[in-house]
Amino acid sequence: MNAGRNPQLGPDGRLVHLLTLEGLPAATILSILDAAEPFASFGEREVKKVPLLRGKAVFNLFFENSTRTRTTFEIAAKRLSADVINLNIGASSTSKGETLLDTIDNLVAMNADMFVVRHSQSGAPHLIASHLLATGRSHVHVVNAGDGRHAHPTQGLLDLYTIRHYKRDFRALSVAVVGDVLHSRVARSLIHGLATLGTPDVRVIGPRTLIPARVEGMGVRVFHDMRAGLADCDVIVMLRLQNERMKGALLPSAGEYFKHYGLTDGKLALAKSDAIVMHPGPMNRGIEIDSPVADGERSVILPQVTFGIAVRMAVMSMVAGN
Amino acid sequence: MRIEILRGRVVDPVARTDRVEPVYVADGSIVAVGAAPAGFRAERTIEASGLVVAPGLIDLNARLREPGLEHKATLDSELKAAIAGGVTRLACPPDTDPPLDEPGLVEMLTRRARHANRAHVHPVGALTLGLQGTTLTEMGELADAGCVAYSQGDAPLPDAQVMLRAMQYAATFRHRVWLRPQDPSLARGGVAHEGEMSTRLGLPAVPSCAESVALATILALARETGVRVHLQRLSTAEGVAMVRDAKRAGLAVTCEVAAHHLHLCDVDIGWFDAQARFDPPLRGTRDRAALRAGLADGTIDVVSSDHAPVDDDAKLVPFGEAEPGATGLELLLSLTLKWAAEEHVSLPDAIARVTSAPAAILGVAAGRIAVGAVADLCVFDPASHWRVERNALASQGKNTPFLGLELPGRVRWTLVGGQVVHEA
Repeated sequence: MNAGRNPQLGPDGRLVHLLTLEGLPAATILSILDAAEPFASFGEREVKKVPLLRGKAVFNLFFENSTRTRTTFEIAAKRLSADVINLNIGASSTSKGETLLDTIDNLVAMNADMFVVRHSQSGAPHLIASHLLATGRSHVHVVNAGDGRHAHPTQGLLDLYTIRHYKRDFRALSVAVVGDVLHSRVARSLIHGLATLGTPDVRVIGPRTLIPARVEGMGVRVFHDMRAGLADCDVIVMLRLQNERMKGALLPSAGEYFKHYGLTDGKLALAKSDAIVMHPGPMNRGIEIDSPVADGERSVILPQVTFGIAVRMAVMSMVAGN
Repeated sequence: MRIEILRGRVVDPVARTDRVEPVYVADGSIVAVGAAPAGFRAERTIEASGLVVAPGLIDLNARLREPGLEHKATLDSELKAAIAGGVTRLACPPDTDPPLDEPGLVEMLTRRARHANRAHVHPVGALTLGLQGTTLTEMGELADAGCVAYSQGDAPLPDAQVMLRAMQYAATFRHRVWLRPQDPSLARGGVAHEGEMSTRLGLPAVPSCAESVALATILALARETGVRVHLQRLSTAEGVAMVRDAKRAGLAVTCEVAAHHLHLCDVDIGWFDAQARFDPPLRGTRDRAALRAGLADGTIDVVSSDHAPVDDDAKLVPFGEAEPGATGLELLLSLTLKWAAEEHVSLPDAIARVTSAPAAILGVAAGRIAVGAVADLCVFDPASHWRVERNALASQGKNTPFLGLELPGRVRWTLVGGQVVHEA
């Protein structure tokens, strides 16, 4: 039922849902980044609201826990004057005995206009979007807030926004993505976005246990030696290492991980002198990133958070705006 | 009932013949091919001009879901699907609920199947109690109840010592052991073939080595014990190469491929299509090419349907939570013909892969067209295409990634034991 076409683009090419950055035209990505520009300084205003989503009901549907992402979506929706309903459904769609699509049908019956969905299963937002399409309810929109290892498109967009803000031209950059690429939806979305925008040199850096099979097929170069991988790059994106993966069959210890793949001032010196350091948060200081780097002048980790709200406002207003 | 089948292209996969001639059936058997027996008066005439008259298909891997899983399918619905697909004989794996691990269950199943009076059903008994992989079943008792072989279904057999003992015991009594090569620890958590597609979609992966590692163990233990092993649902290029080498070295091993693996690969998952969720997963294009070549050169003996009717609800979930498998009995003939046409394999050679070859593995006298043979027949139109649609399927399972596609080969008549049981 959902095999052929990516349901995120309507027949006219308009963005109906945001499910992944893969396959989105460069013009669409750039139009989202452009739309986010005016929102970026928005937080400094006295009145932090525009009526673009007034009267719309946005359901934050989190099947996997996340305080931070949910909060930024909530702030973004509220600044667009939407009514926001937060639902934390816990670890799995089946844990309550109700299927994912039954949950969706019930919320549509409550006149939801948009679902912001996070789910531990790759492809869950596609399933929802396909279901809405198949049942003739394309006026209800889906924004993927992270599905399994697959995609986190608003994170990818805010990363692109940040890179453009500091580096302007994607077509002259070397970008290094460091860490647990295997489990990272953040990495996948960023890699697709950079490829579409013409970034010539994208590198992934990590041990063989954390680099997925044939990732070269996504247009990246693989490095296992962080020093070689960081050489002369413009942007360094550090990935979060989940606690449960620090000690086991993937890695022997957090300490050894830091030794090989933690970003220190010493390793940062191998990159270009004006290279920026990014991280999707929450950071593990002393594991993937050393505190002096995280707090240093080349870190743009906190601006990323601010830009994230602007980008989410842009996405939500584009898919469902009045 | 005396039946004459006239002007059909009679394909006998054993003699490898393919010629237009009449076939005469009486008292459940083929009584003549070519000239009518003296005084033969047909009660029924089947006009088969332009059609192929082949032995009924034999499917080595078709789940009927009884007992215990009737919400997915029933014996009644699936045996209708079998004859609609020209399948006159099938082996069903023991992965029912409860599993087929004791004679009473097997007797009940075979009795109910006989009563349905459609395709012949050969249960495959559980190799271990409850498919738990620890205690051997009473294979002798199960054989008396009608089991033709012993397998773990899709349940793992993680303990190599248990596998060795099971093979030694089975070999003692010349029982057959059917195994699906997949190392459970290497496949753990995986839902798609490890490769570019699983990486792009962020789907936990099953590496090809999950098959080759298991295969190495099975082949070594088969060599050690001399048991007759049949390998089910090979999926990788490495696996095909290993079986080819083992056969060359003289090991008495047979092997099958599921029909969908001949035509689909991981790319067909598209945007998380749960209909393309299989176990073993759809592999890469290189694997698909190796399976197709392996079937053509005889490394792989048999095509099975790997029939797995699944209820809609179990597929309307995210890809990784979807139940693997597809309905297949009604697609087996068409998918085999499609492979044969694309690979330039002759019709008798193709038909052999779904008739005489599986008959040999089952150890039954079937799968051929000759005087004295049982009149289990499939009369089909090789030139006619049909569209795979929900309402075109007799199976209770409407789950297949081939939905919407046009496939060659339409079954017109199915005969079991000399009786017409299906016509369309």
